Amino acid sequence: MTAECPARARVIHERLPMTATPAISLARVSRHFGATRAMDEVDLEIAEGEFFAMLGPSGSGKTTCLRVIAGFERPNAGKVMIFGEDATNVPPYRRAVNTVFQDYALFPHMSVGENVAYSMMLKKVAKAERRKRAEEALALMRLPNFFDRKPAELSGGQRQRVALARAIVNRPKALLLDEPLGALDLKLRENMQEELKTLQRSLGLTFVFVTHDQSEALSMADRVAVFNDGKVVQVGPPQEIYRRPVNAFVADFVGSSNVLPPSFVQATAGEARWASLRPEQIRLSAPTGANGALVGKVTAESYLGATTRYAVTLPDVSLHAIMPAGAFATPSDGRVAVAFDKSALHFIEGPAG
Amino acid sequence: MRSEGSLAVKIAAGLGLAFLIAPLLVIVAYAFTTEERSFVWPPPGLTLKWFGVAWERTDVWAALTLSLRVAAVATILALILGTLTAMAVARSRFFGRDAVSLLVILPIALPGIITGIALRSAFATFEIPFSFWTIVVGHATFCIVVVYNNAVARLRRMSGSLVEASMDLGATGFQTFRHIVLPNVGTALLAGGMLAFALSFDEVIVTTFTAGQQQTLPLWMLEELIRPRQRPVTNVVALVVIAVTFIPILLAFYLTGADEQTAAAAGK
Repeated sequence: MTAECPARARVIHERLPMTATPAISLARVSRHFGATRAMDEVDLEIAEGEFFAMLGPSGSGKTTCLRVIAGFERPNAGKVMIFGEDATNVPPYRRAVNTVFQDYALFPHMSVGENVAYSMMLKKVAKAERRKRAEEALALMRLPNFFDRKPAELSGGQRQRVALARAIVNRPKALLLDEPLGALDLKLRENMQEELKTLQRSLGLTFVFVTHDQSEALSMADRVAVFNDGKVVQVGPPQEIYRRPVNAFVADFVGSSNVLPPSFVQATAGEARWASLRPEQIRLSAPTGANGALVGKVTAESYLGATTRYAVTLPDVSLHAIMPAGAFATPSDGRVAVAFDKSALHFIEGPAG
Repeated sequence: MRSEGSLAVKIAAGLGLAFLIAPLLVIVAYAFTTEERSFVWPPPGLTLKWFGVAWERTDVWAALTLSLRVAAVATILALILGTLTAMAVARSRFFGRDAVSLLVILPIALPGIITGIALRSAFATFEIPFSFWTIVVGHATFCIVVVYNNAVARLRRMSGSLVEASMDLGATGFQTFRHIVLPNVGTALLAGGMLAFALSFDEVIVTTFTAGQQQTLPLWMLEELIRPRQRPVTNVVALVVIAVTFIPILLAFYLTGADEQTAAAAGK
């Protein structure tokens, strides 16, 4: 996604209130699989009622982190606190969190209603009460009259809702979602994004959700933690992650970005540091021959509907630029003037190595 | 793709089946013969008296009860141990997992005579007297394998997140086993158990090495064949065994077959 962050009409937890106990906190948590450090000294604090996204490429440790919170993985080191209680060695069945699995994990031999009522059945809730509460949860997920159906008869989207109903029927303190929208098609996914946000607000639950889709993380979460190589690279509200990425990885992974070497930044902004520049901050125009203007050559362009994306080669750097559709037409010789505000440059740590 | 098959193939299949079935028919026929000292074909006359004779013989009953008891206990042992091993191997990663799965399968891969000798010398070394239990232990070694194989295949097909989902929703390990694992592997265990029972019921080689003075039904039959006395009694017993074993075999066949269909439907 290349557009600026959408307008947000909701309270953003810029700073955690110092007095409140975090819903979930991880202190220097590590999880190793043989020589692989799936999680490497991860520190996280997730506030109560927050919609928290864990974003990263596959193998970055985000799913392992979720599984450590759920209790399916024991950390090799570090401490996991859930609502102020040390949960590091607490088995999953005694944790106040519930999980929505990527493959939904509906029990195939049970009806939809039995799936939803499973946790209540274990707690020996009376049968009538069980049925009533399961029906309520299913109705909340807009699945009325599905109680007696079998999971195999449902569509992907419906299974997802059953999995959600099953996870929230007992009103857990926090809901963990592992790539909940990954298996849905695009249209359904957009609808579910809206629904998940609405659900989270109406229940006032803490949602922790894992995704590799940065647009999903930006549009849904109050705060985002960006994972890479088993470490949390940056935590913050979506705007902050997008506008002020701490390093080249975040700049490139969240949205797309031009990572500029110090030599280039020195020449344009007067400071020899690495910087990131969002493609939509670049303006292309026909070259006028004015002094000091950057002139490059368009090597490729792709029409994206509302916008057009250009690959531009300058003498010492290649850039991507995004212009509103129709705002710019590439001259026949491909030569363009490249301009951007110096304030659009955001200094970052250089790429590792 | 199915085609009608040529006449030659049909004849070959018919001959093959005849080759397999004919000895069974001969055994059945001899259960009704009037000649008691040797097997003469065709039987000189037909009689039902051997059924009565077999019914009266206590050695038949002793052998039959022993076989049933051994098969039952060995199957129960195999169901418990085989299922647990299968769950460990299918569900978790631990050091030596591959070695364990190989070792479990070994008793059925090794010739029975090796298992038999190994057990006999082990019993001798530890001065364990031959008894009902030594036979059971001998049979359990290969019964575990069939249960394990059935269970492990089904567990591997079952999504691992089902167990995690169950734990997540508040189920302890035992509750998860009872409400989630067992209903999903139940038919596989039933099929494995019946196969184990059938294997134990007609086992000769390992039993010879571990039985001491007691006779299971197969050992009794083997001995009867050597003695020229009331020979058709053996055939009567064989006939009953054929009839009785057919039921679980058909059931197992039906259960595993039905199973594959549901699996195919679920995996669409």
